Amino acid sequence: MKPHRRKMLGIILFIAFGLSAAVGLTLYALSQNINMFFTPTQVAQGEVPAGQHFRIGGMVKDGSIAREADSLSVNFVTTDFASEVPIHYVGILPDLFREGQGIVAEGIVDAGGVFQASKVLAKHDENYMSPEVKAALDAAGASAENHSAASEGGSL
Amino acid sequence: MLPELGHFSLILALCLCALLGTLPLLGAARGNTQFMGLARPLVAGVFVFIGLAYALLTYSFAVDDFSVTYVQQHSNSLLPLRYKLTAVWGGHEGSFLLWTFMLAGWMLTVALFSRTMPLAFVARVLGVLGLLSVGYLMFMLATSNPFDRLVPLPAADGVDLNSALQDFGFIVHPPTLYMGYVGFSVVFAFAMAALLSGRLDAAWARWCRPWANVAWAILTIGIALGSWWAYYELGWGGWWAWDPVENPPLITWLFGTALIHSLAVTEKRGIFKSWTVMLAILAFAGSLLGTFITRSGLLTSVHAFATDPERGIFILGILVLSIGGALLLFALRAPLLRGRFSFGLLSREMLLLVNNLILVVSAASVFLGTLFPMVYQAITDDLISIGPPYFNAIFVPLMALLVLALGVGPLSRWKKTSGNFLSRQLALAALASLILGVILPLLVTGAMSVGASITAALALWIVFSGLKDARNKMANKKSIAAGLRSLPMSYYGMQLAHLGVAVLLTGAALTTLYSQEKSVLLGVGESIDLGSYEFEFQGAKPITGPNFRGMEATIAVRRDGESLRDLYPERRVYLASGTPSTEMAIDAGFWRDLFVTLGEERGDGAWSMTIYVKPFVRWVWLGTLLMCFGGLLAAADKRYRRVRESRAEAAVTEPSAARSVDGIAGVRV
Repeated sequence: MKPHRRKMLGIILFIAFGLSAAVGLTLYALSQNINMFFTPTQVAQGEVPAGQHFRIGGMVKDGSIAREADSLSVNFVTTDFASEVPIHYVGILPDLFREGQGIVAEGIVDAGGVFQASKVLAKHDENYMSPEVKAALDAAGASAENHSAASEGGSL
Repeated sequence: MLPELGHFSLILALCLCALLGTLPLLGAARGNTQFMGLARPLVAGVFVFIGLAYALLTYSFAVDDFSVTYVQQHSNSLLPLRYKLTAVWGGHEGSFLLWTFMLAGWMLTVALFSRTMPLAFVARVLGVLGLLSVGYLMFMLATSNPFDRLVPLPAADGVDLNSALQDFGFIVHPPTLYMGYVGFSVVFAFAMAALLSGRLDAAWARWCRPWANVAWAILTIGIALGSWWAYYELGWGGWWAWDPVENPPLITWLFGTALIHSLAVTEKRGIFKSWTVMLAILAFAGSLLGTFITRSGLLTSVHAFATDPERGIFILGILVLSIGGALLLFALRAPLLRGRFSFGLLSREMLLLVNNLILVVSAASVFLGTLFPMVYQAITDDLISIGPPYFNAIFVPLMALLVLALGVGPLSRWKKTSGNFLSRQLALAALASLILGVILPLLVTGAMSVGASITAALALWIVFSGLKDARNKMANKKSIAAGLRSLPMSYYGMQLAHLGVAVLLTGAALTTLYSQEKSVLLGVGESIDLGSYEFEFQGAKPITGPNFRGMEATIAVRRDGESLRDLYPERRVYLASGTPSTEMAIDAGFWRDLFVTLGEERGDGAWSMTIYVKPFVRWVWLGTLLMCFGGLLAAADKRYRRVRESRAEAAVTEPSAARSVDGIAGVRV
């Protein structure tokens, strides 16, 4: 092999090795950081493996928000209008968190069946519904429009 | 009437763009100077008509013309004037008009500042940009016309601008980001023009470099402004969230960073040509991907516009056509791009190649993490998300490697550098940064920290190796002043940008390592300690603004019993939309930020709030500012202007038939 060919080969091998190492590590990191998303119905039917960290999405059930007066604890219920999952969260809720609003929470279900949220997200645009929440409602066979219209006396 | 005029001028602009996208390209292919000469006047026309449309939409906002659907959806009579004027880009249609207007602005700039380049080349560049504009304008007219009227009757008042957007950050972030984004279309057009003409040489790289540098610098500052805005407005205490819509600008930026380095090799050594062109295509694809993601509603994000899939498909069409076309042209012209592969395993070329590989791999991994949930959903129908830990796990080590190479790169030589030479040059810098890296965190905090030591060592490595390089460059000058004067502007630009990397790295790592936060419920008169600070809640009182009402809390901050200052975080409710919003209070400082966000009232006047102490967070933006200035300085180097004079002379003194096309541009100077 001519010297410059050998050098070329060396460089190509170096690049190939670097790239495959990068791809391997990337895929590993990816597989370690996948957060599954489940709907309240899926949670109620026990589709979530015990102790798994996941995201849940649904609407905040009307009249379900209970704040403790002397701490930052909040309890509320999220629903896809077919099943409900109680959520417990300690901390400050996002600005747009309110009853009838679509939310996504991250955390795990404890032994008592309560979803212990480490993070609660509400979207910044009120007209915008997270695709995840929408999927959850669609899966449960309920359209959000019908429900919010019904709950607000058809004002939409 | 005026909105219809705006609509009409968009249609006129489309017609002009259709001409711009065909005649000059045809002219360049056939050697018809008349057709080529049309490029500049057509660009001026396009700029005028898109600018007119933009001005008319702004005017509709200013006078509260709620018969225009877009105005009605994104403004309100109570909205302060500065937000009415900027609410133009508060939604999908208007922001796309801004995007198109920015492109027209860039085209005009190219038309005005391209006298150094041959006319055929300018005609091709502007022609390609014209074709892009055709796509954008058709998209706007077909799916997202901002001038649509509200039928049958105008609304009494507007819905209001999203309250999260009513902020200074909204005034500055979108225009700068778009300007940077769209700037890469120009670089893309340069690459396409080179492929079309088959002329891809050092001169081409020299024409291209200032544009790439400026686009890169503006994109840098655009991203930084977004990060700064998110930091103080969204109130989660972070400056980067790996949000699916934050990522495409970053991907574009990473490709762009690789590109400006690769262009250096193409200019100085005439190699890496195909790689440079590829990077130009990739950076442009990144910018289109950003638009696609924001406007198609495929991903969940705070940025996502309320969307419909038709638009997504249209943008996907533009993306596929332009990138597909570019890649096809690239493949056809590949034989022209061959450069001679002649450099040592240890050389500046090699180090810049390493830089490029690391940047491209990090861009690719960010891309993968951003789009993976979408692909996964398409295959398995399961919804997933990829969290920040993935991005951090990939990005942080790659950047550390990049910084190591960064220290060696400037000191190495083209073609071949001996390992001995490099290690002699850099031994002191390496040793000093290692030792100081270990000692500094210990001295400052009194505790060892591996993370902080690595950070400090890497940052100092950039600084020390940069200083060593500067000293080498000035070694045979009489005085330091003479040495400093002799260095070209582009060298200062490089040093400044690299220093910016050191500052950004320090800020990013230390604020992550040492930030503290606490969510608490405080009654009036109660206080809490965080770090070495004491925060006392002194009560909350109602406030009224022009278009909102709210509560304002007073938090007294003390350190060692000494009063520092009072912070006034707010909770607002916007009257028109009824949207609640948090306005945090920040005490910004060079060494640390203190900030408080207000939660909600919980009986007895007690409020929940989150308090943050964030050391070094300002360094993140200070670093990006230095990088931006570095990019601009490099673009301002006089050798890019000197070329003009020599070209003009050359054109005048040796007018041969073969160069007549090139010469015209030169003579006109």
